[in-house]
Order: sequence, then structure tokens, then C-alpha cells
Amino acid sequence: MNRQPRQQFDVLVVGGGPAGMAAAVRAAESGHRVGIIDDNPAVGGQIWRGESEAGSEASKWIERLQSSGAIVLRSRVFQQPGQRILLAEGDDGIWELSFEKLILATGARERFLPFPGWTLPNVMGVGGLQAMVKSGLPIRGKRIVVAGTGPLLLAVAAYLRQHGAAIPIICEQASWRKLARFSAALLAQPGKLLQGLQLKREVGETRFSANSWPVAANGRTTVESVTISRSGKPETIPCDYLACGFHLVPNIELPLLLGCQIQNGYVRVDDFQRTSVAEVFCAGEPTGIGGVELSLVEGEIVGLSAAGRIAEASKLFGRREKLRRFARSLDRTFRLRSELRSLPQPETIVCRCEDVYYSRLRDQSGWRAAKLQTRCGMGPCQGRICGLATEFLFDWKPDSVRPPIFPVRVKSLSGLTGDSNLELCEITGGRS
Amino acid sequence: MHMCSQITMTVNGAPIVVPSGTTVAVAMAIAGQICRTSVSGEPRGPLCGMGICFECRVVIDGKPHRPGCQILCKQGMDVKTDE
Repeated sequence: MNRQPRQQFDVLVVGGGPAGMAAAVRAAESGHRVGIIDDNPAVGGQIWRGESEAGSEASKWIERLQSSGAIVLRSRVFQQPGQRILLAEGDDGIWELSFEKLILATGARERFLPFPGWTLPNVMGVGGLQAMVKSGLPIRGKRIVVAGTGPLLLAVAAYLRQHGAAIPIICEQASWRKLARFSAALLAQPGKLLQGLQLKREVGETRFSANSWPVAANGRTTVESVTISRSGKPETIPCDYLACGFHLVPNIELPLLLGCQIQNGYVRVDDFQRTSVAEVFCAGEPTGIGGVELSLVEGEIVGLSAAGRIAEASKLFGRREKLRRFARSLDRTFRLRSELRSLPQPETIVCRCEDVYYSRLRDQSGWRAAKLQTRCGMGPCQGRICGLATEFLFDWKPDSVRPPIFPVRVKSLSGLTGDSNLELCEITGGRS
Repeated sequence: MHMCSQITMTVNGAPIVVPSGTTVAVAMAIAGQICRTSVSGEPRGPLCGMGICFECRVVIDGKPHRPGCQILCKQGMDVKTDE
């Protein structure tokens, strides 16, 4: 594994989604040497994956990033070996990245909850299935049940329909009452309301059911049908895919590794998006799940702040506050209902990496005990999937984060000590 | 992805043609192959689609545990189910 020469940046941005791109653009346009790291084939994050339509918001930012002078690095940060240095692994080796200021824009992931059959092939996340379609998966004529909770359900159902899929039903766990209150709150945000109306038209005659959730995915080698609980009544619906995700949770492993203070699950930042750690900033979903518009404005603020353009950054505070109100209403509307805790059966797998059953976990005293006794959370995802499930199911709190925060090839680590005779294999670190 | 140049590669020994821009995880799905077999022998495919869950890991050109959803297909690539 090659050790690449050290790269030095005035501002280093981790994450190439809307927040990271806006941050990199604003800092680079201010004349700073800026690096932006992302581990996906292209920048744009999950929301703009595969978008290249001329004139779109996505392509405007992508073009602006390209002409800003910011350097895009395709790699993944796994460790902080010293002050103002991060290590990242890419296809071509390990990068040692040093910086004066660091901007964390690490985005969010979906929360998945275990229920019988959720490990079957073709049961995917809502954003997960959309990412696959954006990456070339043909779905014309396929029947796709969309379930879980959050605004992604409608957006992705509309997207899947546009790409030729049939959506027999959208199951939203939130109650009609909560959804109605949420719609009323949207009235205060005309832009969001328009988006909502447009989505509703695109979803068209698709059945939308509140108070509903999947209780089982059925099939032998792939999903063939989904049993849902629809306002308390079971109903089985044949399908080719189940897209199921329970809203979004921020990726805070790197902020935790760096010692950033966390408040109510989010990275705590001040008006200028500064974290509790000196010279470390944060923007986008890790500071609160709010969607692309909030991510962009936070990204602009953080890029300007890191570049020292405080007065210009302050001018965007008003817009950010308005969008943050929307973010808070998302949290309230799509909070998980307690019935979902009883979905797993004793033989339902909770930890997919190590195939740990619910029956082995329910008597454990906590996350650490579960890891030691059952290997739950000890696989390559390092508890990123099952840790969110057990947090909800058992109220377990994850432990501290240890490097490497992603599985890296042993050669990547051995390269650091000069021993390069080890075979290529995976190791895991992460939450202790 | 709409450039539509074609890529020929091998999935579990069988040749397959996919459009350029297709990820390895999608190529496995198009070929009707599972990405990996779990520790207790279950078939598994992609879940998160964004490099977090590692359920779509595959063997690429002999290298095991590669995240299929984050790697684009290349001409002549050899992909196998990760056991």
C-alpha cells in the first residue's frame, strides 16, 4: 500500500455532499487552499448522486466546485494520528492530510429497524434503493413497497415511479395527526409546500397509508411479499423490492473521534458552525437533520467562517434559522412509535454483520456487554447499522469511538509502521 | 450514465455487459447474483447503498470485502460473491 506525499490544506472538508461542496466552494473562492474528501465515485452526496442535468442546482454547485480550485480527493478518513492531521485511505494508498481548519460535513445515514425477513435480498433502504437506481439498477415494471418513516418516503416513491416502477403502497409509521400538523407547519415555508404538492402529484394514485409499518418481509432467497400492519390490520402485498428506512441519523463517528461535543445526538455548533474543538467546524446533517437547503446554507456559512469572512457569514443566519425550524418539525413528526420495538421475533437477526439474533440480545445489560457476549456490532459496519437499532430497541447507548473508524486494509496500517508483508485483509476497530 | 458505452466483465464466472457508470453492486443485481453469504450462510445484497453497511461487499479481481456500491464497473473486471 503506497504512502502518498503529505498534502497540506488551509481548509480541509470531509464530505462531498451539498454542505461540504458549499463549504469548499466558499472557502476556495476566498483564496484558500482547500481539499474536499469523499469516498463515493463522485461528489454530490446521496441527494445529488448521479445528477448531471444541465442547469440543475446540483450541476451548478458541481461546476462551481470545479472552477473554485478546491482539490477533490477520493478517499475515506479513518484516523487522526496527531494535531491537525488526518489519515485517509483511497484506492491509490494512504493520504496524510494536514490542515489549518477542518470542516466536517459527514452527512447522515438511514436508520434501519429489524423485523422478520429484513435481511432478505431486495429489502433495502429507501435512500438505499434510490442510490442503486441512480447507479444503474433497472426497475421498470418492478413492484416496490415503500415503508418506514420520514420525508424520503414520498420523494423516493415519486422517483421510483418516474423510473417505471409500480408502487403498490407507501407505509408511513407516523400518525395522520402528526402528519397534518407537519403539513400545517409547511405552510410557513412556501418553497417546501410547493415541493410537497409536486411530490403528491407525482406519487399520483399510489396508496399512502399512515399508522402503517412492515411486520415481515416474506420469501426464500429474495423478498416476494411484505406483510404490513395498516392501522392495526395485517395485509400482505406481493412485491419485487421492499424499500424500508426509518428517517435519517447523522454520521457523527468522525466528530466523536475528534472529541466534538454532542448534544441530543447532533454535533453542537455555535453561530459560525464552530464545534467545541478549536479550528474544527461542522455543517449539514450532523448538526441536525434538515435536508438539502439547510445543508447548503450551513455549508456556505461554514466556508465563509473558516475563511474569516465573518460579516458575510452572518448575513445568512436568518435563512438558516428559518430552515432549522423545519428541521425541528421533522424530528417531531417522524419520531418512532413504541410499537416498532416489538417487530423483531426471537430468531430475527439484529446484527447483520455477525448474524446475532434478537433472542441473544434482549437479555444483555447494554451495548458493551452485547459486544463482548454476542459479537453484536463487531463486524465491518462497526455497529453503524445495529447500533442505531439497539439504541431504539433497548435504549442502549453506544460507547466511545476508536480508530480506525472504518475498516481499512491491514496494509494501510502496516504501511505506517514500515511492515508491508501482511496479506490484504479486513480489520475492524471502531466503537469499543 | 447516459453516455451508454458498454462494459464487459465477469460475474461469478459468467460474462455480463453493463452500461458505464454502473456500480459493482448493481452489476451483481443485474446478473441475478448475491453479493455475499453471511456468517450463518444467508444470502445478502445491498442495504444502505452508500458504503456504510458493507452488506454488498464482493470479491473484485481477487480482492475480498470490496464495497460493491462504491466501486464503478471497469472493462474486464472479475467479480465474485464474497463467501
